[in-house]
Amino acid sequence: MRIAISDDALAIACGADALAEAFAKAAPDAEIVRTSSWGMQWLEPLVDIDGMGFGPATPGDVAAILDGSSDKAIGKIEDHPFIAKQQRLTFARAGKTQPLSLEDYSETGGWAGLKKAHEIGPEATIEMVTESGLRGRGGAGFPAGIKWKTVAGAVADQKYIVCNADEGDSGTFADRMLMEGDPYCLIEGMAIAGHAVGATRGYVYLRSEYPHAIRKMEAAIKASAHLVSPFELEVRVGAGAYVCGEETSLLNSLEGKRGEVRAKPPLPALEGLFGKPTVVNNVLTLAAVPYVLSEGAKAYADYGMGRSRGTMPVQLAGNIKHGGLFEIAFGITLGELVEEIGGGTDSGRPVKAVQVGGPLGAYFPPSMFHLPFDYEAFTEADGLIGHGGIVLFDDTADMLNQAHFAMEFCAIESCGKCTPCRIGAVRGQETLERIRAGGRGAGAFEALPQMHNAKSSDRSLEDEVVLLTDLCETMKFGSLCALGGFTPYPVMSALTHWPEDFGIKETEPAE
Amino acid sequence: MNETERLDAIIAVHRRREAPLMPILNDVQAEFGCVSEETRRHIAQALNLTRAEVHGMVSFYHDYHETKAELPILKLCRAEACQSRGSEALAARAEAMANGRAEIKAVYCLGLCSVGPNAMIGESVHARLDEPALEALIREL
Repeated sequence: MRIAISDDALAIACGADALAEAFAKAAPDAEIVRTSSWGMQWLEPLVDIDGMGFGPATPGDVAAILDGSSDKAIGKIEDHPFIAKQQRLTFARAGKTQPLSLEDYSETGGWAGLKKAHEIGPEATIEMVTESGLRGRGGAGFPAGIKWKTVAGAVADQKYIVCNADEGDSGTFADRMLMEGDPYCLIEGMAIAGHAVGATRGYVYLRSEYPHAIRKMEAAIKASAHLVSPFELEVRVGAGAYVCGEETSLLNSLEGKRGEVRAKPPLPALEGLFGKPTVVNNVLTLAAVPYVLSEGAKAYADYGMGRSRGTMPVQLAGNIKHGGLFEIAFGITLGELVEEIGGGTDSGRPVKAVQVGGPLGAYFPPSMFHLPFDYEAFTEADGLIGHGGIVLFDDTADMLNQAHFAMEFCAIESCGKCTPCRIGAVRGQETLERIRAGGRGAGAFEALPQMHNAKSSDRSLEDEVVLLTDLCETMKFGSLCALGGFTPYPVMSALTHWPEDFGIKETEPAE
Repeated sequence: MNETERLDAIIAVHRRREAPLMPILNDVQAEFGCVSEETRRHIAQALNLTRAEVHGMVSFYHDYHETKAELPILKLCRAEACQSRGSEALAARAEAMANGRAEIKAVYCLGLCSVGPNAMIGESVHARLDEPALEALIREL
């Protein structure tokens, strides 16, 4: 009997360690292994006994699970609709292998991509990545092959591969799951990138909030060093700055500086880490590469729609019944993900809003659930896919509060380099507070006689909304990076779709 | 080992790496619970950096502190995914629960976004928190 329980941070946070201990005691003859997570997070800790699943299990369920009388049984895990409906390319090993076992990795097709890259050479490797249509999974969606080509064409004594594993967006956890569940896949992807562009050093910039991922990556790098040599890899741990997920800020942080954003150009591809040509790719981008190489560009590009090729590991989060990791080809609609796959809210109340793409992503109402998951479609709808996180809110959410939080978060995390972000976020909070109060009445600070230069007249709610809209415009077009530039998305989408939460009556225009 | 020797040991581990400052600061913060003025001077001297460069790092990153925390720290996630699962109501009660025995801090996302509200103590993570569960966590601090 093989009893598999995940050692993913989420499973551990839900009590997987105590559960594994209880099984070890109750079934001393069984083989107990700690695997990656299947990604059905509402069922964690999920027990996998020879392919049959039980969850969410507690130590109190152990006896019943072992004697076959447990009501936590979910049947064969692979046949569970949540798993069966997916197209897992990047997360093909999720739930099945032991994260740090080199044996498990090579037995499941590991290193085939790197071998292929060595056979066909750097140019053909880049060609394949370009043909696969793989785009940056961090949010910007820039074609990976083109970025690699730029770095490959640059002449320098040293080039770098930097993996952006600073997954700070709320509602996203795919990077964490991949690094904790299948670290060799990321290492292989980075080694392929290194081979393709002529880089011999790589860094994984990992956030300090992910201690389990840090330990797994460090162990995996050590264990696989001989397999990717002469490519050398190192984990660098961040120190709690959200903005370091932005690539130029990340490079500064890697260089041991304040994580302030750099102006572009120069592009990091030409002048990146320590001024050298650098590939900066997200975890999911690099982890998709081994599949592209081993199975072919066409196999990957056959999935998807329009210019969004391949699959996206979508992360279903927040107030959701069936939360977890759902990897699927681009083109699935938002409604399918939220209602059919996710099962609506966990609280059982109606869905009010979904935020797609983290704290900088727009809020969408159910009336927009027809949107297909596709970079261009979301841009057209004034939103973004970002890193593929979807956070559900039920009807108790107050969208003015959410808009205010977006500004507050931007103010807390702003690196301070550019004015629209540093000051705009603070002014945005104040404006939203005045909107909450219904406008600025007499007695406001600005109306004091000492404030010679401020306009002392009252401002109506409508005036404040105009001001907010104008401020968002300035932040969007005037900020150096996506933090200040995208904070208007959650704010303006909340205002546009839920004007009633801002105290605006229906007869008035939304903007 | 006294404090200076421990600090020198940390610097010695990292100083040959590319851009050693951040790994050093991470280890110093973990070892001493803060990066004090004296420590910053010492690191600047050892790496041939200005004091401003080291101070700038400490003041920029949320994880670094100039003084050591007096109470044990519990970080409660306050980001959107946890908000949608009721973290704000929990946070409003947390201070009272801690009652001077622990410091409640905000953290923005622990990557456990479908099972919130979540919290982190040191390197251990805790999910599906409600008031009794949070109270139990605080009691054990």
